[in-house]
Amino acid sequence: MKIKHIGAISLLLLFVMSFTALEFSGFVVPQNFPPPVYDMAKSPVTKQSFELGRKLFYDPLLSRDHSISCGSCHIQSSGFTQHGHDLSHGVDDRLGNRNSPPIMNLAWNNFFMWDGGIFHLDLFPVSPITNPVEMDEKIENVLIKLRDKQEYRDQFKSAYGSDEITSTKVFKALSHFMVMCVSSDSKYDSIMRNTGTRFSPAEEQGYEIFKAKCNSCHTEPLFTDGSFRNNGLDTTFNLDNGRQAATLHSMDRFKFKVPSLRNLSYTVPYMHDGRFISIDQVLNHYASGVNYSNTVDPLLSRESKPGIPLTDDEKQQLKAFLKTLDDKHFVTRADLSEQWGNDS
Amino acid sequence: MKIYILRNAFIVLVSISIALSSIAQEIEAQFAHFTLSLNHIVGERPLILENETYVNFSGEKFSVSTFNYFISNIILVRDNDEEYIVPQDDSYFLIKEDNPLSKEIELLIPEGRYKTVKFMVGVDSLRSIADLSRRTGALDIAGGMLEGMYWTWNSGYIFVKLEGNCDQVAVDRTGQKKFRYHIGGFGGYKTPSLNNIKTVAIDLPRRGRIKAKNGKKTTVALQVDLLKIFDGNTLISLKENPAIMFGNTSKAVAENYSKMFDHLSTENRRR
Repeated sequence: MKIKHIGAISLLLLFVMSFTALEFSGFVVPQNFPPPVYDMAKSPVTKQSFELGRKLFYDPLLSRDHSISCGSCHIQSSGFTQHGHDLSHGVDDRLGNRNSPPIMNLAWNNFFMWDGGIFHLDLFPVSPITNPVEMDEKIENVLIKLRDKQEYRDQFKSAYGSDEITSTKVFKALSHFMVMCVSSDSKYDSIMRNTGTRFSPAEEQGYEIFKAKCNSCHTEPLFTDGSFRNNGLDTTFNLDNGRQAATLHSMDRFKFKVPSLRNLSYTVPYMHDGRFISIDQVLNHYASGVNYSNTVDPLLSRESKPGIPLTDDEKQQLKAFLKTLDDKHFVTRADLSEQWGNDS
Repeated sequence: MKIYILRNAFIVLVSISIALSSIAQEIEAQFAHFTLSLNHIVGERPLILENETYVNFSGEKFSVSTFNYFISNIILVRDNDEEYIVPQDDSYFLIKEDNPLSKEIELLIPEGRYKTVKFMVGVDSLRSIADLSRRTGALDIAGGMLEGMYWTWNSGYIFVKLEGNCDQVAVDRTGQKKFRYHIGGFGGYKTPSLNNIKTVAIDLPRRGRIKAKNGKKTTVALQVDLLKIFDGNTLISLKENPAIMFGNTSKAVAENYSKMFDHLSTENRRR
């Protein structure tokens, strides 16, 4: 084979490769992640269903007065939470009673909401859309509004092969956008994937403390074990029974879903009611503020005084490690943002 | 050669379609029309929404604005104890007082004599956790808890919804004296929880068996006495319990409403 041919072939290959890199790759499990819970085989994410879901996610048409979209309380630059709000804000400035959790790595979640009352991602969107303190709209009206728009009829047709718009299709499209919100490009991830990146000494020490004192609930690599636990927050300030409302079991009182520790720099405030506005407050809570009650997590009541003993140095090192879980790419990715970078 | 293959294929196709249509006819021939008719009453009087006032066993005057419930998983028991199970996908019905058509459940059943009708009040646990694509029609979750029969915050169907007004009830946030009973609970997902699924069996012989025959239509009329919700086994006072939803009090209400169905009559008529 002549050199000229090889050159031409490699040019062609390069062209094809650069083209495929731009192409939609579907849902991909990150190398250091376990298999997802959401059944991708039953409901494969396509470019069309993802784009439809994305359009719906950012469309205020889903709310009663067209004032807010899903993206209003789940802002990408804030790690898909509602920045600066302890409790969520809905239409007419109505206040929810919990802090908006992040739309992140939901494909690995068995339960949704702080109390885990919802057990499948497809069953989720009906809740904020119909909740009077959130979007306060009837699904029936949402469907009427969507059917009225040619662009949606076209997009439903390209995603599902028919322009019939049903609630199931709307919910599944939203799931398809949400499962694609995968955060797996933090410094921690590149270290775990052996790309040559290394922890700084402080981060390394923080990682060791994390593995010894935090990992049993905030389990790697998702940094949550998906369980429900009572972390000993003071309940006089805000009485919320948590998971007990969904299961009716007294042993579930004050238990909430263990949140992930990824992207903490973008998702302030913290806890189910957004009571802490800094990581220092959170660490101080675990070091010295844990309240004892009969459902407080056993892992927090091993010592004579409930909590996790942490020295000031250890807190600083932990903070350094937690910073390595920030995923700048996730909060800036163009394909998850309100509009495509160039085709909108 | 080519023509020969084509001709053979044609013969095969024709004979398959003849066979299929004769099977279809045979199936059609064996089935009979059956209607389960639900008649809502309150004590001695027919249920009329909004404008009528009734009195419960606690002496409380009330009116009714909403009365909805699910009937599912219908089974007919033959005289020889064999069961005909209505195909599961076609066995979910949302009965609504404000929709007269919903109170007539129309089915096709195999010919024969039946002595019992069994059904579930509510939605079974398997369907309650099934993929959304298997929950269309009556089971569409889109209505949510205000318009529909579905708890959005705690995934599960509301099996029975009874709402109305009662003077003895304290004024609520909306300035009304409303009572709201939303009863459900399929037993919990992964961890066991509230289970209010009730199965009702109606014995037919006393007021008439089903004698299902092709060309005939059998109607079994049931009387559904809403008053029993307040006193089947346990006395429920509206003043003390203006809102019963996902909680342990709902168990007594579910036990009560499992006794609200009575057999009125059976008619085996030519269509």
